[in-house]
Amino acid sequence: MIKILKYSFYDLMRSRWSYIYFLFYLALGFILLFLNQDVSKAVITLLNIIIVLTPLIGTLFGVMYFYNSKEFTELLLAQPIKRSNIFVGQYLGISLSLSLSLVVGLGIPFLAYGLFQSAEIFNFFSLLLIGAMLSFIFVALAFNLALYFDDKIKGFGLAIITWLFFAVIYDGLFLITMLMFDDYPLDKFALGATIFNPIDLSRILIILKLDISALLGYTGAVFQDFFGTSFGLFFSLVLLSLWIILPLLLIVVKSKRKDF
Amino acid sequence: MIKQLFFTALLLFAFTELTAKQIKVCKSCGYTSIKEAIAAAENGDEIIVEAGIYQEYDLRIEKPIKLIGIDHPTIDAMEKGYIFEVLSDSVTISGFKLINVGKSYTSDYAAIHTYRIDNFVIENNIFINPFFAILIEKSHNGIISKNIIKGNAVHEHNSGNGIHLWHASKIEVNDNIIEQMRDGIYFEFAKHSSISGNKSRRNIRYGLHFMFSNDDRYENNMFENNGAGVAVMFSKRIYMRKNIFRLNWGTASYGLLLKEIYDADIIDNIFEQNTIGVNAEGSNRVVFENNNFKSNGWAIKFLGACYGNKLMRNNFMHNAFDISYNGRINGNIFDKNYWSEYTGYDLNKDNIGDIPYRPVKLFSYVVNRTPETIILLRSLFVDIINFSEKVSPVFTPDNLKDFNPLMKPVNDRN
Repeated sequence: MIKILKYSFYDLMRSRWSYIYFLFYLALGFILLFLNQDVSKAVITLLNIIIVLTPLIGTLFGVMYFYNSKEFTELLLAQPIKRSNIFVGQYLGISLSLSLSLVVGLGIPFLAYGLFQSAEIFNFFSLLLIGAMLSFIFVALAFNLALYFDDKIKGFGLAIITWLFFAVIYDGLFLITMLMFDDYPLDKFALGATIFNPIDLSRILIILKLDISALLGYTGAVFQDFFGTSFGLFFSLVLLSLWIILPLLLIVVKSKRKDF
Repeated sequence: MIKQLFFTALLLFAFTELTAKQIKVCKSCGYTSIKEAIAAAENGDEIIVEAGIYQEYDLRIEKPIKLIGIDHPTIDAMEKGYIFEVLSDSVTISGFKLINVGKSYTSDYAAIHTYRIDNFVIENNIFINPFFAILIEKSHNGIISKNIIKGNAVHEHNSGNGIHLWHASKIEVNDNIIEQMRDGIYFEFAKHSSISGNKSRRNIRYGLHFMFSNDDRYENNMFENNGAGVAVMFSKRIYMRKNIFRLNWGTASYGLLLKEIYDADIIDNIFEQNTIGVNAEGSNRVVFENNNFKSNGWAIKFLGACYGNKLMRNNFMHNAFDISYNGRINGNIFDKNYWSEYTGYDLNKDNIGDIPYRPVKLFSYVVNRTPETIILLRSLFVDIINFSEKVSPVFTPDNLKDFNPLMKPVNDRN
């Protein structure tokens, strides 16, 4: 498995897209800091970008990579290697390379602009951690889709819809539900609904970390009570990990049964 | 005739000068307690109290005298009642350290209490854990300055206010520091008074509280971390300038709460990191000019019945919501403000954006209706609906626009 992971990883490291992705974050980081000069404000802007972009890139990259390396995968399948090793190895390879592009690409400019002198260092690292976790989650979802559908067009289409669902549609439905039931106490519902969407969960975690929670009035305080405690933080990190582990298990199960 | 008058005046003056004597109080002086010294003093005398601890309370001052503490002598009321009760005009109290004023649910015990007097000075005193520190009732023409008041209030029902004015006029409250009381400064029926250079922090209710007090001004004060910020209610013609309202965080906390305020001027103030910068209700003809609203949850929240307010040349920077309205009618004027979220352009380079800015977002309307939806703040979906509302307003007031949004902040003071 390590060997396959290594292979996928180096393969991607050599690929143009990884560089473009890396350079994009590098440029983004420098431009943000150049325009703002203020690390804390740059972190807030980054939040908006990361929670939308990392899932999108993760899904598209995942699907694309899977389809492109299909022939090679089939070659590997002919060898005496466990199927789960092949797919999990590939999955980890791509997730790691995407996360690396993100962490290094954003890390360099922020280090250059004196992150260590800033109080935002903890927030910045939690932002990177969450960005990396989102990459892992959405690559796993993309792999699942690609495993289920041999048709490229279908796979791509569904991958984009998945992203769209979590990034936009889910929040829309969420908002409409809350507006329809606004006669009822909604705190718990809102908490629950956030948990089931990794993007929402990441967003709330970072918003509360950036300490604007107290600016959100009464309801903000309710969320702060949950997410602000170490239990809440731990709980949400566990949930995010579950969002990685469950799709990964699905990959393993599906790949075992799939007829290539 | 005039010469004669002058001469008599001079004589009188010399006479009072002669009679005004100094009475010293200390452990080894003629007088060892302040009460005795006050009893012995005559009009215009000075009582000099030297450093030490004096266990005394309910000191009634019924003649115009000056009480001056050297090196902050401590007066310990042993939780039994008032310390100074001033019942005479022209009294000065300065340089004392006043501790352990009694707590009561029936009397307003205060370290210094004035009643029906005129022309007084209270300065350079230190108050530690008072119930009320300075309570001014029906008194006029006074100066309260450079006092330090440190309380230990925890609950509203059994704590008192730092500086409390009730039916007073022409009082100057300058350069005091007030911490952890119920209300830092409370003006009730106080007229023609000014509050300047004070710092009011960590009070459990309001840093500054106005009720039925007209024609007052407050300038250069700092209000920080108070339970509910600053409240100005039921008052007319209040002038507020160069104050700083910071870090008033909480479920019902405001930088500045305006309720039933008419014809006020709010100029050159800074509102920074408050849950709600300004919460206005029933406020009319208020002028907001040159204020900085920075990183607040809501910069200004207009509730019902706010008409004829003018907002000009203010900076709105990085607030989660700039303006919030709960109706569809706009009776206020927004002009030439700087909005950090403005995305328009300026073709003729006159520093005025060519497209009007709409400061009310659809999402702020949604949050007003259902507060829990705040959880979707900064979500992509919310950005999309805000954008569509911006293009064609359906829910937010149609005419609520800043027609001349500035491209650069008004004299950037950061």
